[in-house]
Amino acid sequence: MEEEFTRGEGRPRLLDLIPNGRDWGSYAAAEEKKLELRLGLPGGEDWSAGQEKREHPVESALSLDHISKVRKSTNVNASSGTKRGFLVQVEPKTEGILIDNMTFQQQQLQQQQLGFLQLQAKGKESLQKTSGSAEQQSLEGKGCGPHAAHASSTKNAAVAHTASQSRAAATPVVGWPPVRSFRMNLAGTAKASAESHNGSSEAAKKLENDRKSLFVKINMDGIPIGRKVDLKAYDSYDKLSLAVDELFRGLMAAQVDPLAPSILKNSEEKHVLIGLLDGSGEYTLVYEDDEGDRMLVGDVPWDMFVSMAKRLRVLKSSDLSASSLRAVGRKRTSNS
Amino acid sequence: MSEERSDMSEDEDGGGGVEQKERWGPSQGGGGCGSAKSRGGVWTDPPPPFSDQVLENVLENVLQFLVCRRDRNAASLVCRSWCRAEAQTRGELFIGNCYAVSPRRATDRFRRVRSVVLKGKPRFADFSLVPLGWGAHFSPWASAMAAAYPWLERICLKRMSIADDDLSLLAFSFPFFKDLTLICCDGFGTHGLAVIAEKCRHLRVLDLIEAYLEEEEEDQVVDWVSKFPQTTTSLETLGFDCVVSTVNFEALEALVARSPALRQLRVNHHVTVDQLFRLMVRAPQLTHLGTGSFGPPAALALQGDVMEHEADLVSAFAASKSIISLSGFRDVASQYLPAIYPVCANLTTLNCSFAEITADELKPVIHHCHNLQKFWVLDTVRDEGLQAVAATCKDLQELRVFPLNATEDSEGFVSDVGLAAISQGCRRLRSILYFCQQMTNKAVITMSKNCQELVVFRLCIMGRHLPDHLTKEPMDEGFGAIVMNCKKLTRLAVSGLLTDKAFAYIGKYGKSIRTLSVAFAGDSDVGLRYVLEGCPKLQKLEIRDSPFGDPALLSGIHQYYNMRFLWMNSCKLSIRGCNDVAQRLPRLVVEVIRDRPEADDETVEKLYMYRSLAGPRNDAPPFVKIL
Repeated sequence: MEEEFTRGEGRPRLLDLIPNGRDWGSYAAAEEKKLELRLGLPGGEDWSAGQEKREHPVESALSLDHISKVRKSTNVNASSGTKRGFLVQVEPKTEGILIDNMTFQQQQLQQQQLGFLQLQAKGKESLQKTSGSAEQQSLEGKGCGPHAAHASSTKNAAVAHTASQSRAAATPVVGWPPVRSFRMNLAGTAKASAESHNGSSEAAKKLENDRKSLFVKINMDGIPIGRKVDLKAYDSYDKLSLAVDELFRGLMAAQVDPLAPSILKNSEEKHVLIGLLDGSGEYTLVYEDDEGDRMLVGDVPWDMFVSMAKRLRVLKSSDLSASSLRAVGRKRTSNS
Repeated sequence: MSEERSDMSEDEDGGGGVEQKERWGPSQGGGGCGSAKSRGGVWTDPPPPFSDQVLENVLENVLQFLVCRRDRNAASLVCRSWCRAEAQTRGELFIGNCYAVSPRRATDRFRRVRSVVLKGKPRFADFSLVPLGWGAHFSPWASAMAAAYPWLERICLKRMSIADDDLSLLAFSFPFFKDLTLICCDGFGTHGLAVIAEKCRHLRVLDLIEAYLEEEEEDQVVDWVSKFPQTTTSLETLGFDCVVSTVNFEALEALVARSPALRQLRVNHHVTVDQLFRLMVRAPQLTHLGTGSFGPPAALALQGDVMEHEADLVSAFAASKSIISLSGFRDVASQYLPAIYPVCANLTTLNCSFAEITADELKPVIHHCHNLQKFWVLDTVRDEGLQAVAATCKDLQELRVFPLNATEDSEGFVSDVGLAAISQGCRRLRSILYFCQQMTNKAVITMSKNCQELVVFRLCIMGRHLPDHLTKEPMDEGFGAIVMNCKKLTRLAVSGLLTDKAFAYIGKYGKSIRTLSVAFAGDSDVGLRYVLEGCPKLQKLEIRDSPFGDPALLSGIHQYYNMRFLWMNSCKLSIRGCNDVAQRLPRLVVEVIRDRPEADDETVEKLYMYRSLAGPRNDAPPFVKIL
């Protein structure tokens, strides 16, 4: 089979795939010129042609990857027997950027501190909520994503298709391979918790460790809307406590007076959340661990806490002795 | 897993739902029947006087023996009185597309229904291609049925959105309710389950298959298992393996203990192996068991003290002489797997498709499974594992090999070798779903020749546009051989690099094909045209990312009234073509789904069209445009 991986042909315009013109910073603009379209070989055998170029397209492409909010990380181009490779459609035209392996990309991307990006190795991570709700949110919220690629590819499929059926693969595609999200979610859970049977679970563990952002939900008693915090953005309980305080301060003020300005003046700081960790304040911070039990924050070393905490909660200290510490044992299939 | 239960999977039966396969001309109208099924309105003779009522009584007595819905559809077309009699005696109502007919119309025609089967969203909704909130709401049906069918005993729903309130309505409206089966449904939670458990005193079946329960806060999760009647229950089937929240195990154990009729139990992954043992002890009469995690409780795993449970488990399985179906194995600890040896010889169904077991772990198990008919497994067992299956399971009828890593670049664990081996060993194979990374035409051709009984052939080569990995040719010949040689084939899913030639084959030989799934295939409009013109029995066609445009769409005008639906996404369709179809076929509902609001108006990202007597639906969300 022949596919055309146009080499250096045309200039992919990344920004076209971001309809709302979101600026991805200097990366995309600067690297645009350096984006190389090439066909890569699996397993990093002969990368001579592409080695030096990899660094650049990776960043932008991964930005694109993020835009696409993909759950499955990579596509295969239809080269002869090649099953590895990461193609990103950056433009309506049928160009693709082939990047070789995901771990390299991960490192690259992490350097950019795109904290909200959740990467996955080999598509295991179940960002995908059941019923594709995450998909929907992403689509509505960001206005771009795989469908950007889709629409582009649809529109230009006339251009793309030749008799030899050699369309460069688009960004990782929604719903392909056609495995039910139910199965993918549960498989992810099983893999993460199963003993190591074969190499694939090692990859899952590696994934868990490599992630540089860990967003968990945090709810507060009396406030109907929760927030999310990135546990990896902090390195100690104190910093977390401060962050939680800041997160909810505005919300609490809004509860009292919905018209209150978001920036509090000093005199209105009575809602500051202090004493979250030592039980001395009005509120206490608890978390739910990977077994589903509700635990007091602060007992274990910080790193262990980060690896175990699945969600956080700010409870009224007076409620502590009540049902809130009862083990619930409820597992969630998707990481918050 | 039990998809074929209650005829949900239409692959093997006669198919043909409420809708009639024959001409759906615009001249619908008329006739005492002329509604959900038949064309109606053609007869011109006035019914004979006086004997009319007698005739109908006789007919009703006779027709009640007709069970198959295709037969019933045919009978209802004979004449008006047959139509009426048939409507009076139809006990099970099957609606393949909930929007094809309005609930009111269905309940008006069929007055004495005891069992309803209802399907909602198109299948591609399973792969996140249908945005949330698209539809398929059960509420209007629930209301209509609550009013019309007080004797209703059974409801089976697939891909419908069900609210807890709907479940409450069911529970309160149907005093004789016995059987609730929900497949791939969403929208409800534990609260709804609790109402069902509590109020349906005659409940026999509560079966949740791959349902997506609403995420609930901890304090909102209801302990629904405790809500079952405290007396002896009539439960025969309880399946909740898809429920993500924990259930009250003590309550579950007590429930099992007081349910002597229980035959099928599928627990969720929170149930550990020691708990499973306790349940099995309570219910040695089980025939179908979903084993939950099949792993040790977390605390125990840490201590490494797993032997303790192994002996218990073996004895439990040894005592369960009736088990013929096993599933679950969510977190299987391989040292527990041998515990199932005592039942292997009796197993007809084994679903370990959530267990990452290797070929070496599989072999000793499968070696015992001589009677296996249905086997679902993860590809981690590799070709070698499949060879072991082929060597032992001579009666295998259904095989599904799922990918551990459902991505395009993942390492392929199974390949053409495994497929060929299966075809050599399992000659009676009727249904196969196979995910792989590399395939050859030769293996597929071999299967087409060896497995003449094939009814369902679904091959998913996960990398898009991948050719035969040895010859580098398109996969046309392989799929061509399948349609050519497997005369009983009714369902086909294609993948890999495919040119229009493959579609030519399908159009030429696929005369029995009812369901066709196409992805990333074809070269031009001609491909789709081949299919639309060549496959007279085509009912369900779902296509994605293939270069088919308006001309191809229009070439199927003659066919669309005979089909249940057509789904196309990311093809080359434009609004003009879809409008064209919509205008020419007034009884066709043409939905254009647009998830990105700023997409241009010309291209059609997603098209879903289906015949309907109800006209455009009134619950369409903003992103759906009905032409």
